[in-house]
Amino acid sequence: MNSDEVLARLTRVFRDVFDDDEIVISPATTARDVDGWNSLTNIRLMISIEVEFGIKFDVGEFQEYRSVGDLVAGIVRRAG
Amino acid sequence: MGIWWPASFGVLAEPIMTVRRMPWLPLAPDDFRRRCDVIDRMSAKRVGALRELANYELNDSQLLRLVRSLNKARAEEGDSPLQPFTLGLVSNTTTDFLAPALQGAGLRHGLALQTAIAPFGVTLQAAVSADFGVLPAKPDAILLALDFRAYFADYSLRDNDADIAVDGAIGQLRSLVTAFQTASRAAVLVQSIVAPPERLFGSFDRRQPGTPPWLAALFNKRLLDEILGPGVSLIDVEALATQIGLANWYDRSQYMTARLPFAAECVPLYAEHVVRVLGAIRGQGRKVLTLDLDNTLWGGVIGDDGIEGIRLGQGDPIGEAFLDVQRAALSLKRRGVLLAVCSKNDEAVALKAIREHPEMILREADFSAFQINWADKTTNLEILADRLSLGLDSFVFLDDSPFERDQVRKSAPKVLVPDLPSDPAAYARVLMTAGFFEAVTFSAEDRMRVDQYAANRRRETLAAQSRDISEFLQSLHMEATFTTGGKLGWSRFAQLINKSNQFNLTTRRYTEAEIMVMAADPSTLTMQVRLTDQFGDNGMIAALICRPENGDWVIDTWVMSCRVLGRGVEQAVLNRLVEEARAAGIRRLVGIYRPTERNGLVSEHYAKLGFASVSTGDGDRWTLDLADYGAREVPIVIKCDPDAF
Repeated sequence: MNSDEVLARLTRVFRDVFDDDEIVISPATTARDVDGWNSLTNIRLMISIEVEFGIKFDVGEFQEYRSVGDLVAGIVRRAG
Repeated sequence: MGIWWPASFGVLAEPIMTVRRMPWLPLAPDDFRRRCDVIDRMSAKRVGALRELANYELNDSQLLRLVRSLNKARAEEGDSPLQPFTLGLVSNTTTDFLAPALQGAGLRHGLALQTAIAPFGVTLQAAVSADFGVLPAKPDAILLALDFRAYFADYSLRDNDADIAVDGAIGQLRSLVTAFQTASRAAVLVQSIVAPPERLFGSFDRRQPGTPPWLAALFNKRLLDEILGPGVSLIDVEALATQIGLANWYDRSQYMTARLPFAAECVPLYAEHVVRVLGAIRGQGRKVLTLDLDNTLWGGVIGDDGIEGIRLGQGDPIGEAFLDVQRAALSLKRRGVLLAVCSKNDEAVALKAIREHPEMILREADFSAFQINWADKTTNLEILADRLSLGLDSFVFLDDSPFERDQVRKSAPKVLVPDLPSDPAAYARVLMTAGFFEAVTFSAEDRMRVDQYAANRRRETLAAQSRDISEFLQSLHMEATFTTGGKLGWSRFAQLINKSNQFNLTTRRYTEAEIMVMAADPSTLTMQVRLTDQFGDNGMIAALICRPENGDWVIDTWVMSCRVLGRGVEQAVLNRLVEEARAAGIRRLVGIYRPTERNGLVSEHYAKLGFASVSTGDGDRWTLDLADYGAREVPIVIKCDPDAF
């Protein structure tokens, strides 16, 4: 899976978790850019991504990502 | 066979897209959120439409989306057709994920669930204080969602006397339960606990006092013996976690990250288990399991393969799978679930297989009714409902064919139709983990129910042979027993009140705990009626509650089992009620009829019994002056032995 494919699937997860079909994410997107991205939705997001991609982040790993670009790279590394 | 492992290896390397926790529910459609949007824009009946969407297996985000639509719809068009239900929840851990999951599961079970979640420490005090503080004023139920950590965090082998630690935990739970029972009439739900999978010694842990598995086992044993009882029901979290697998249930990473007490992926299933019990308290368990035949009760098609060709029996893995389905159905029958057949087949051919196939576990006498013909299944289910005097909302329909399932779901949405995977080895497990027949009690009546329906068929035969109705009623040799107050029989009483929809004058629902309060109150009359006849014991068939009001008795509740309709029981009950009223110095009875979608049957109940109509705003009101009342003859011998039960 390449970065573009991951980003496309990730967009679907974001739209589900934040209940907003208008969300557009890019590698530069950070938590500040998305309405409703707080500590609770962050956990929801993490778990939904794990289910969507069939992966499991190491403890603390997800919280270390600073942007969607970091996250995509992490998913590509894990999901292969 | 080929070499199996390289193929399996390939499958395992694929990402697991969706973890199926509730395989009896169909997977949510890809356009789930768009469907919610469409319902949002409907002008009416949105709650009912959303209820159908709740019958998919939904993840956390989908549940949130559904609940957003639900709350909007309820605010604008009310709770109907859902039953309102307020659940107070006390927990020692993070509960942020629970509310939408509980509300979504509630919707699936026809409950408009309002949840009020209180943090553990605060509520212990609030519960003990008289004003009841944090939780809603009148909850229908309180769930004490306390897990192993609430009682034994870091306890392992700390003290020499581990019994005392369990004493403390049970004492803590008991004082909470007592506090809630004193402060409200809510049903209380408590949870069994389960130790994390990590072991101190290994298998020896179970024997060593003070290890987590030892503590959990003793706690659960004492929970069963000392805490559970009338008004206190169990959510068996230990069983649930074991089914999921302890290493999956206790997700260490999620606990460290967000203090989630158990894996977030399990929250919808946990909520489903909680709401099943709430539904059971409200008497919503299903009563009939209707089974397809070909490829559901046996492998193959009887019409094509013949009695020798169908797959059923040991020595053949496929034949064993269907034995498993039959065994499951038989065990359900033993606990009072009626079995019926609904199959597209030639009736004579199918019945011959049921009667003569040497490996059949279920035989003709195990079924309460058959519809075997080429008509569509919904029509046949409606005929079965009519024959058994039950609503379609009492039915579960098991069928291997996705086409038939879909057709029944669309044309008879009240029937519960579980999805089945392609593998018949999983059928029995899907059926037995789906919780369709959840119950909070198991009474003698339940055990007798299947025989009672069989006795009813013999009564029908006798009725057909009798010259007239009074000869028939006389030949039944009925005996009725009346019990007022007392301590026994209240779980069946609660079950009758909560399950009766048709012969139910007011459709007021009460929990067992509420009923026991009324039974102990000398100013309120609670009356149980039991009926036997020459064909057997019908068990408790009527339940009444009368409350005093300005010197009258208002008949708050009058429910009766439809199985005994048309036998003069209503008249016998009234005769007895008048005697009780006169003995209490009452001069007038007031009857109320509150119409619902289901109770048209009894709209003229009080008129038929000679009550006079008084119109008011609160449904139809009827009065009966006791001075004028003369007991009418009934073909029933009355036995009044309050100590008999």
